[in-house]
This record gives sequence, structure tokens and C-alpha cells, in this order.
Amino acid sequence: MRDKAAVTMSDASPPWRAWLTTDTPQSRLQARLGRAWTGWRTFRRNRMAMAGLLIVLALVVVAALAPLLAPHHPYEQDLANRLLAPGPGHWLGTDSFGRDILSRLLYGARLTLMIVALVAVTAPVVGLLIGTVAGYLGGWTDAALMRVTDIFLAFPKLILALAFVAALGPGIENAVIAIAITSWPPYARIARAETLTVRHADFISAARLQGASSLRIILGHIMPLCVASLVVRVTLDMAGVILTAAGLGFLGLGAQPPLPEWGAMIAAGRQNVLEQWWVAAMPGFAIFIVSLGFNLLGDGLRDVLDPKGD
Amino acid sequence: MSDQPLLEVSNLRVAFPTRQGVAEAVRGVSFTLGREKLGIVGESGSGKSMTGRSILRLVPPPGIVTADRLAFRGEDLRDASEKRLRAIRGSGIAMVMQDPKFSLNPVMTVGRQIAEAYRVHSKASAREAKRRALEMLEAVRIRDPERVYDRYPHEVSGGMGQRIMIAMMLIPNPDLLIADEPTSALDVTVQMQILAILDDLCGQRGMGMIFVSHDLNLVASFCDRILIMYAGRVVESCPASELRDARHPYTRGLLDSLPRLDDPRRDLPVLTRDPAWLTDDAPPEKAR
Amino acid sequence: MVKRCLGLIASVAVTLLGLLLVTFLIGRVVPIDPVLAIVGDRANADTYSRLRMELGLDLPLWRQFLRYLAAVAQGDLGQSILTSRPVLEDVLRVFPATLELATVAVVIGAALGVPAGVLAATHRGSLADHVIRLLGLVGHSVPIFWLGLMGLLLFYAKLDWVPGPGRVDIFYEGLVEARTGILTLDALLAGETDVFWNALHHLALPSAILGLYSVAYIARMTRSFMLDQLRQEYITTARVKGLSEARVVWRHALGNIAVPLITVIALSYATLLEGSVLTETVFAWPGLGLYITNSLLSADMNAVLGGTLVVGSVFIGLNLLSDLLYRLLDPRAR
Repeated sequence: MRDKAAVTMSDASPPWRAWLTTDTPQSRLQARLGRAWTGWRTFRRNRMAMAGLLIVLALVVVAALAPLLAPHHPYEQDLANRLLAPGPGHWLGTDSFGRDILSRLLYGARLTLMIVALVAVTAPVVGLLIGTVAGYLGGWTDAALMRVTDIFLAFPKLILALAFVAALGPGIENAVIAIAITSWPPYARIARAETLTVRHADFISAARLQGASSLRIILGHIMPLCVASLVVRVTLDMAGVILTAAGLGFLGLGAQPPLPEWGAMIAAGRQNVLEQWWVAAMPGFAIFIVSLGFNLLGDGLRDVLDPKGD
Repeated sequence: MSDQPLLEVSNLRVAFPTRQGVAEAVRGVSFTLGREKLGIVGESGSGKSMTGRSILRLVPPPGIVTADRLAFRGEDLRDASEKRLRAIRGSGIAMVMQDPKFSLNPVMTVGRQIAEAYRVHSKASAREAKRRALEMLEAVRIRDPERVYDRYPHEVSGGMGQRIMIAMMLIPNPDLLIADEPTSALDVTVQMQILAILDDLCGQRGMGMIFVSHDLNLVASFCDRILIMYAGRVVESCPASELRDARHPYTRGLLDSLPRLDDPRRDLPVLTRDPAWLTDDAPPEKAR
Repeated sequence: MVKRCLGLIASVAVTLLGLLLVTFLIGRVVPIDPVLAIVGDRANADTYSRLRMELGLDLPLWRQFLRYLAAVAQGDLGQSILTSRPVLEDVLRVFPATLELATVAVVIGAALGVPAGVLAATHRGSLADHVIRLLGLVGHSVPIFWLGLMGLLLFYAKLDWVPGPGRVDIFYEGLVEARTGILTLDALLAGETDVFWNALHHLALPSAILGLYSVAYIARMTRSFMLDQLRQEYITTARVKGLSEARVVWRHALGNIAVPLITVIALSYATLLEGSVLTETVFAWPGLGLYITNSLLSADMNAVLGGTLVVGSVFIGLNLLSDLLYRLLDPRAR
């Protein structure tokens, strides 16, 4: 009985699956896709990681479709209906200006996504560059760059970001810059560690013998190898970035009113928190869920890309 | 009472449930042990270490140990409570492991570790335990026991570390010692010293010993009886003196692939594995 | 060994220098003209240029930095615009409150986090393990200032278990002379038990919230370390000797992770100092965090940078301490 089921199953297996999982790929593309496919299957089995992925995807979707999803305009004040409790019409209530909290949250997702994307694009790139160059060239360059990295690593991130924004003036761009400046050191460390493990590998020597310049080797051979661990670390760090950005917003240093930044919304709801708790509570839930999503996603990615056994 | 075997093992099985099914590390091993030295020889993965650990009921989870009979000094170990097992471990059965670099606690002085082994099974005071520990260190031929007592494991050589291990295991006076590749991590010269110590001390105390190793020659010269294991089963069982007359093809293959001074050959034969050995349920070749 | 400690101290000195450089540069990045900020925009040109020279703003940048270094070395962090007092004096006045909060929080964190981590590791895969891991994840993802607000909402407004924000009831303010700056200690020293209990009650919620943050981190690291140790051969040896599982875990395994754990706790303490910035704002706790925040909102750059320097230095110092402790305590590193 069991044999029959097994036979039927293998008959129904789609040909592309066999193509992806073959032991003898015929092209680099096939090998890469095959690896991605196996990685995806391992990832899919991890339910928490899938939940994280869904949350992050939801964030992107909500940010993109905010105008379609939001029942009200985020800046539209309605002082007659200020501080309404959650209910039909205003599913998450209204704030002290009568603005619909749900709509503001949905539009605020755009700000959150923007912050995350900007930091994720700048800090790791800087770190990757510094780390690979330091690791590959070695000697004085390495020592000097790593000294700088260590110094930045030793600083308290939030405090420095605070001081930075204080100096430059509040605003969302300055907040992003401040966060990015304090976030790049771990990536430099990771990139350097990865570079050191492959620096003396034969294929690097072979490339050098073929006349490849240092820059070409770093860009073409070494950087791609660092990508896996970096992706994991970046995803995990995004949770912290969201929290830091929210903290800056809470202190009034991030996006300025009337922008619906989640941290600033919590600050706005602070005066009424004891009575109209939803004004401060709802944005906090949003921050929590998104941050959790990135943490779960990062954990899941780590299990697939960079497992160290647990 | 003195006729009762020290250890009786019958149809011992150790199974590890995995996502692809159940993997059996030990498949139906049976033997009895008196106050003698039994050698268990096998390659990596033959299940020899797992056999030793399952006697102590220290198989790592998710391993499951089953047996028709597993008795020590007549007492059934299969259903014994954790409390009973802990009493037996150390004072009844002890185990010396391969590499003292890993098998000794790195942040505790070696003297304290030995003393602890003593205090677990006696009501001795700290001072009494220290005195006994120093005695044991002398018994394993360590020349300056006072100084070594306060050393940390990473501060002593491999040979000394193994002596410390032996001292620690023998201090509560067990009846059975399982030696799991005790000399595999040591230099050849040190190996002989350690074996001499083991032979001496276990002989003096009339202990039984199970000597697990991958080194056939070593086991043949050291032990009284030998079990050859392959893929979780015992394929051959004979007295050490009759090893040359072994009959199972695996044993013969092992023997033939050993270089010998009195029979110089150009090419040593390579052991060919018969897949039948994996499933062969025939009882092990017994020496006549 | 001495050489390595000296090397560490040298490296910390360089890091501190880097911190000073960063704070100096941040101070120079301010778009507001510092001279105008002092004299106002109605001063005449003479006053302006005189003050500019006094402040050393006509000097090349590196010489300004040296002046800055010299000033800091003498304890001169500038003057606060808000309080018109030297920044260092202000900082030393408010810092003990933050220390009090962070210390109690880290004690809570370690006292709960270490056993939780050990439990999760020894009962791997059980319900307790999953719950602890989940709590760890939650603690890692929740904004601490929001948690503080929700805590106030629940425990103060709804349940009335703890008093409201502030270090002590208004009734008791100023009653106890500030000898160490740590209110609970000072109250005890002065024999004012009423004030002591009141201060303790006020301390409860903010330190619990901050502590929860570090419980998550400490539990996670403890679990990870423990799982690593329980795989080692010496654990089998300990079991072979017949030791009870409790002794194996708490004596042998824990002994091996004690040193990295202390490092983790020291780092956690440093993080708590940072986190206190936001928590103090929520709880109106008059510590360094609140000081920096208020100075920020008033654009009092001297105070902000002075506070940043102090927190940064303590942060770096704690990192050094944990490094030193590691080398001192681990017999293998000797």
C-alpha cells in the first residue's frame, strides 16, 4: 500500500523540481537556483520564520497601498471627535486632534519602511567596503581601519545618534543619517572576518595570477561571499533600527509633526495615556509587531544561511 | 556469589530516532564479563563507544537503550531509578575517556575534581578527601602530588591528564572500569605507561575492565578476551591468545591489513566490506 | 599578563580619544552660530569678534580640538545654558540617579535571567524553553519607552500597585541630604525610613521595566552558553562520577560560563545606561538621561555633549572592565 503511494507521488513530481534538486547542475544558474530552492524549503519549515516573513511583507504591502487601505486621511483633523475610543468608523480610535489612528498607522508604515530601507542600504555597504578592504589588504590598512571600527563599536549608539540629531536638527533625514553612522561597525567586522577566511584560498591566488587587480578581486570574489552573513545580520539589526528610530521619534527628534511616525505618535499620546490609552498603545503595538517580524525573519535566515547548530 | 558475572549484557540495542527513520548504533550486542579485561575493537561508527556508554546509561538523548538483560553484579540496570544509577556510577562502574583536554573540567583544579569523586560516594570531610586524592595521585605514579593537586587541566601534559583521570575514576573503588580509547590521544611512549598503570591498579583491585579501542594489536596484547564489532554488531568473540585463528572475514581482513615484521609483503591487502555483514543476523563467530 | 592589561588600557585610551573627537566634531556641526547664541543678534561687530576669539573659533580646527582636550582634562565641559552652571557639576549631580536605576535593573535582570537561561538549556525543547525563548524575543522587539508607558498604565493607573512617575513623592522631596546621590542609600544613611520606602516604591516599576530588557538578553546568552557546555566531555565525566544533575549543571557547567556571563552582565549594564535615556523620560526620573533629553529640547549643546561624553566614557569603561574581568577570572587566560 505504501509502495503504491510512493510510486504515485514520484510520478506527480513536477519536472522543474527534479531540475532544481539534481546532483549534477548543468549551469551556474541552475546550481544557484537549486541552492535557493533548498534554502527556501528549509526556511519554509520554520513556522516562526515564515511568520516573520509575512509580517515584513505585510509592512511593504501596507506601505505601498496605504492610500487605498486607510479609511481616513492621516492629517485630517476632526476636533469634534477627538480622543474617541476604538470602535466602528475609527477602528483604533482617534488622537487628540481627532485624526484617525488606524490611518495614521498605515501611513506611518511608509516612514518606517523608508527608514529601514535607507539604513539597510547605506550602513552595510559602508561596512562591507571597509571590512573587505581591511581584511584583504591587511597590514597597516587593516590595523587603521579596524581601530576606527572598534572605536565606533565602543560608542553607545542611541546616545550618539541623539547627540548627532541634536546637532543637525530634528528631521527624518538626520535621524536616518545618525542611525546609519552608528550602525555600520558590526558589518565591517563581519565582512573582515569572512574576508580573512578566504584571503589565502587558492581561487583567490588563481585570480591574482591571472592579473586581476585587488579591486576586482574584492568586488568580484570576496564581497559575494560575505553577502550571506551580512544579510542575516542586517535583517536582525533592522529590528533594533526600528526601535532606535522610534526612540528618536518619541523624543521629538525624528519625523516632525504632522508626519505620522510611530514613535512620535506615542509621544503625542503620552499626556492622555492614563485615560485614553489607545492613542499611545496602538503605535507601540505596531512597532512591536514589525520589530518582532524582522527578528523572526532574521533568525530564520540565520538557520538557513549561517547555521551554527543549536 | 563469586561465580556471578560482573556484567551481563544480552541483546543490547541503542537506537536514535531521526527525521529519516530510526538509526541503530548498537544492534543486539551480548556478552558477559567477569573480573577480566575485555577488549572491544571496531572502527569509527561500529558502536563500540556507545556500548560502553549504554552500560552506564549515559547515552545522549534522543538515544534509546533497550536490552533483554543488562545486569551489574546481578542487579538489573534497565529500570533502575536515576538515584540508584547515580549511586552505581563512580562507586560501581567508572569510565576513563579519551582526551583529558576535554574530559576534565577546565576551570577546576585537578585535585578538587578527584576529591569530589571521592566525596560523592562517602561522607568524608574535605581534608580527608584531599588526603585520599593525594594518595591516588601517588598510586598513578605522579611524582609531586602536592603540586599537581593545585594545577588546572590545561597546565598538565596529556599523559599526566590521563593519569589524573584514572585516579579520579578509581578513587571510589569501582568494580568495573570502562576505558573508552584511553590511549588514543597520547604519544606511543606515554601509551605504554598508561596501560601499565591501568593493568597494575585494576589487577590489584581485582576489577573488571572493558577496553574499547580501534587498535587491534594493542587490545590483543593487553586484554584477556576480545570482541570485534562492526556496524553495531559483534562479529567475532575470542580469547586474545587465539586472535590469529579468527574466522570472521572482517576480522581476517583487519588482521591481514596489519603490517608484520615476520611477513614482509609489497602490498597490504585492502579490506573489502561485504554488505552481508550489515544485515547478517548469524551469531558471532565464537572461538572453540 | 600585565602587558596585555596595559595594552587593553592603551586601546581604551585611544577609544576615549575617538569619543572626544566625535563629540567635538558634533559640536562643530551645529548649524547655530555659538557666538550669536551667547551674545544675541543685536550685539555689535566688536563684541562679536572679541567673543569669537575668546571661544577660540578663529583657530584652525585641530588647535580647537587640543583646547577642547585640555578643557576636558581639567573637568571643564562648558556651561549649561539652561542652568547656568558648569556641565560637569550638573552631570555629577544627576548621574547617581541613573546609576541607582541601572544597578537595580541589572540585578533584577541577572537574578531572573541566569536561572531562566539555565532552565531553558537543561529542559531543551520543553514548554519552559519555548516560553523563555519567546519572552526573550518579545523583550528584544518591544520599545522600552512604550513598555514603560504601558507599565504605568497597568500598574499605576489601573491597579494602583506602584506610585506614579518621579523619584519620590513630592511630599518627600528635598527632605534627605544628597550625600551619595543615590536616594535610597542616602535615606537609609539619614535614618529616614519613610523616604526610603517611598523611594523604593518609586524605583520598583522603572527598574523592573529596564530589568526586563536585560532579562531577555541575559537569559538568551545564558541558554546559549549552557547548551554549548552541556555538550562537552567533562560534563559526561561529572555524570560518570555519579554527581547529581543539579551539581553537574550549577557547579560544573555554570562554573565554566561564569566568566563570559559576567562579561554579558557588564555589557548589559552598559546597555541599560543607554536605555535609561528613554525610560527616565517616561518616568520623569531625574537622571542623566532626562538631563540629556531636556538639554536636547532646549538646544543646550554643551550639556548634551557633556552628558554624551560622560555616558560614552562609562560605556567604554564598562567594556574595558568586562574585558579585564574575563582575563583575570578565567584560569585558561592566565
